[in-house]
Amino acid sequence: MNVELQVNGTDHVVDVEPRKTLLDALREDCALTGTHAGCEHGVCGACTVLVDDAPIRSCLLFAVQADGYQITTIEGVAPGPGELSILQDAFCETHGMQCGFCTPGMVLTGHALLKRNPNPSRAEIVDAISGNICRCTGYGQIIEAIELAAERLRGRNLSDSISAEPTMVHADIVAPEDEPERGIIKAAGYDLPHEGKP
Amino acid sequence: MTAQGNFRYVSTTRRVREDRRFVVGRGTYVADVPAREMLHVALVPSPHPAAKIIAIDSAEALALPGVHYVLTGEELSGAVDPLMNGLDTPHVRRFPLAVGQTRYAGEWVAAVVAETRAVAEDAVELVQVEYDPLPHVINPERAYEPQSPPVHPGHGSNVLLDRTFVWGEVDRHFAENPRHLKFRVTWGRNSTVPIETFGVLAKWDPWREILDVWASIQMPKYSDQIARSLRIPLNCVRVHQDVDVGGSYGVKRGIKHTVLVSHLARRLGRPVRLIEDRLENMRAGDAHGPERIFDVEVAFTDAGIVHSMKMRALDNAGAYAGRAPFQLGKPIGAIVGPYQIKSVQYQAISVTTNKAPEEAVRGFGQSPTNYAIETMMDKVAAECGLDRIEMRRRNFIRKEQFPYLIPSGTRYDSGDYHTVLDKVLAHANYGELLEERDRLRKSGLLAGIGIAACLEPSGGNSAFEPLLNEKNTTTTWMESCRINVDGLGFITATMHTTSSGQGHETLVATVVGEVLEIDPDRIRVVRPDTLASLPSNSPVGSRMAIMLGGAAFHAAQIIKSKVIDLACRYFGREGDGVTYSAGAVSDNATGKRLELAELVNIAHRHHHSLPEGTRPGLNSEYVMQVPGGGKLAENSRIQMYPAYSFECHLILLSLDPILGKPEIRRYIIGHDCGTIINPHIVKGMTLGGIAHGIGASLLEEFVYDEEGQFLTGSFMDYLLPSSHEVPHVEMVHHCTPSPLTVLGQKGSGECGYLGAPAAVSGAINDAVRPLGIWFDKLPIRASRISDAVAESAPGHSQ
Repeated sequence: MNVELQVNGTDHVVDVEPRKTLLDALREDCALTGTHAGCEHGVCGACTVLVDDAPIRSCLLFAVQADGYQITTIEGVAPGPGELSILQDAFCETHGMQCGFCTPGMVLTGHALLKRNPNPSRAEIVDAISGNICRCTGYGQIIEAIELAAERLRGRNLSDSISAEPTMVHADIVAPEDEPERGIIKAAGYDLPHEGKP
Repeated sequence: MTAQGNFRYVSTTRRVREDRRFVVGRGTYVADVPAREMLHVALVPSPHPAAKIIAIDSAEALALPGVHYVLTGEELSGAVDPLMNGLDTPHVRRFPLAVGQTRYAGEWVAAVVAETRAVAEDAVELVQVEYDPLPHVINPERAYEPQSPPVHPGHGSNVLLDRTFVWGEVDRHFAENPRHLKFRVTWGRNSTVPIETFGVLAKWDPWREILDVWASIQMPKYSDQIARSLRIPLNCVRVHQDVDVGGSYGVKRGIKHTVLVSHLARRLGRPVRLIEDRLENMRAGDAHGPERIFDVEVAFTDAGIVHSMKMRALDNAGAYAGRAPFQLGKPIGAIVGPYQIKSVQYQAISVTTNKAPEEAVRGFGQSPTNYAIETMMDKVAAECGLDRIEMRRRNFIRKEQFPYLIPSGTRYDSGDYHTVLDKVLAHANYGELLEERDRLRKSGLLAGIGIAACLEPSGGNSAFEPLLNEKNTTTTWMESCRINVDGLGFITATMHTTSSGQGHETLVATVVGEVLEIDPDRIRVVRPDTLASLPSNSPVGSRMAIMLGGAAFHAAQIIKSKVIDLACRYFGREGDGVTYSAGAVSDNATGKRLELAELVNIAHRHHHSLPEGTRPGLNSEYVMQVPGGGKLAENSRIQMYPAYSFECHLILLSLDPILGKPEIRRYIIGHDCGTIINPHIVKGMTLGGIAHGIGASLLEEFVYDEEGQFLTGSFMDYLLPSSHEVPHVEMVHHCTPSPLTVLGQKGSGECGYLGAPAAVSGAINDAVRPLGIWFDKLPIRASRISDAVAESAPGHSQ
């Protein structure tokens, strides 16, 4: 049957079996593979997406039940190509992941937490992510990432910072095209027209 | 890079480059790899722990629209060779599907191939299998008895391995030391259970004659094993190593899955994919960890000095050999832990039972062994009336004794165990910790302190294989790196294996950047497929910092010396007449300086400006041998891994006496893995390892009932530590560089996990000791604690 899924601000009309989970529909019918299947029985949280800004397990929701809701997947979090949200950047800063498989669910859970509670205590962070299992990190650097993002968001002194587009910042990594002289390499253009540049 | 600790990039808190793709959901895991016309597999599981397969009727399944094929073990075993078996046990044959009989509940009996996974699962229900149940055996001690039902009748017994090693004068030391002690501890069957299950996609091109494989794999010699089993040349197998692996910690060894789908892809002429669902993963992914009973006897002095140890380790390998028996072998390289124990008798027994096969798990048998050794130290301390810290201090190998030869033939490279222990005690304020424990006890809780001091053998090789199987004469376990400086002066380095979260791209870039004095962010790291790869193994045995880092270091050194050589030829100087700096080379006499860009231009274009015989281009490759390895065993003694990291855990834990629920109030770990290449990565490994250890000691167990049925197939039965169960961990660092590695680095991939179970167990036992309780089996679940406490109460009757 046809279902209209509004994912990351884009409408997807997909033809799914009634028994198909939202998880499978996102991955197979919307080509959004950042949402991961971990246990498929609602314990591990790897499949977490936001439905109307609340984290839910997409393995426990049928695609047909999601009709009409606003769905946010991990692909909808970064503000633009090559860019990261403040929370994503904080995960990179503290190395709040290893294999990356639980990470999309963790990031979305963290976003939802910071949206409703911009100043969470450690205990509140622990509680918020306790439904997302990570086997790599032992959670320490994930908690640090959320604490760091909260601190940075508070520093911005804006309301609703976590989701407001203008507050998203670029990653703290300099792209080669911005600073081609960084490092020691200069383009070896001696035998090339325009010094090898396009 | 100059003297120790004076690095540009090594040991600095640089970001981990892999994180950028993961944090936006752009990793490429096997389930994300697209393929046109892909077919999907689901498996028919055996309901019996042991049964003859009388007949399989696939007609109804095949009649379901969308179903393409039903493959049985009978057909498959005619087309492929058995999977690799490391031991010399030719009658313990293993195929991806059961052949003739099933050997554990859940074992794959047939594979259904369909247009979608959902249809394949529907069709599984329609496959009719007729069984004739056979006697089964679950308990390893029962399996060890000669009259137990054999899991592999052709093998004649359930014993895969039964070797007794005697290193040093055990009898004399036992006779000379009248104080003896004997105990048994059991390590329950658990595993690392990655959140991503195992998956594999295979595609056969009959015109090019090539098998393409994408898999969630962490396995040495993976493509070799595929080629051997399928009976095709190895250069017809192309494994794509740029697949991100969603966690492994040792267990992602899906060779049976791979041979199955590879055969199906060839048979059906379409790409075939198998992604385990969680139940398939838990029940028949063949990824359980060690299940081991230790009987330990120890001889010691009145002062608590341990002189000799007898250890019998009985391991339940499950239904097939797999890598299980070798997990009894690796701990031989650290069989005395960090202690000066003079002699050891070690009996290693591996038996088959009707449980799922055991596979490699983080530490490869070392964490269970450390649990037994540390329990021994606690018990001797109690027996001698010594503080457990003082007991360890008296027995530690001293700093000046390194390199230190242990009785089983391995030389520990370096260490400073007393200093690490002292740092931990100072950080924790041990006196206050004891007072806090006693205060908690007075408040009505049970409270205890746990200690574990143990080693992480690192730089993994396969020395245990020839030690346990004389027909295996492998003495190298290489890792490789290739570096290309391209025509525009940009650097690309290669690695030749998959990764499962260890940050190897960051490792390679950091080390190459360090040697060449070039910002690692400018260095690209890629993973060629196996046909374009140099010989390599995989990230097992805490080896990649040493082995991949070492290969990258040496490959970068070659680039550096080539650049210097190129400049010397250009300047007409000898090597000592020029100076290398950050890619450029200066003529010491004239001060003239050639930038890397100019050197690259000469290497790639200006052949005319160089002496005859110079080769064009600027590239290097290095295939690295494990330091200190390369020899077969002599008199049952062998140098196992080269470098030994040390960790010291100190825990304060309390228990609610009614609920039995443990709360870890302080967790301090002192850690020494030599030179740290990336502090973020080492920290993450340590914290993650501790979380695994907490799971293994408090929560996680694969349980079978007496009927051989598997009871823990979901995350509601097999409990994983959440953020609530893992405490804040305080880390204390020390650095004793290894003299055997390029930067002084040692391994850290298994740290935390190697001591946490022993420390948690020690803390719980310290807490319940006043009640006369001692827990001798892991995991110690809250229900066991509360039951034991209730039973210990005065007036309690059964």
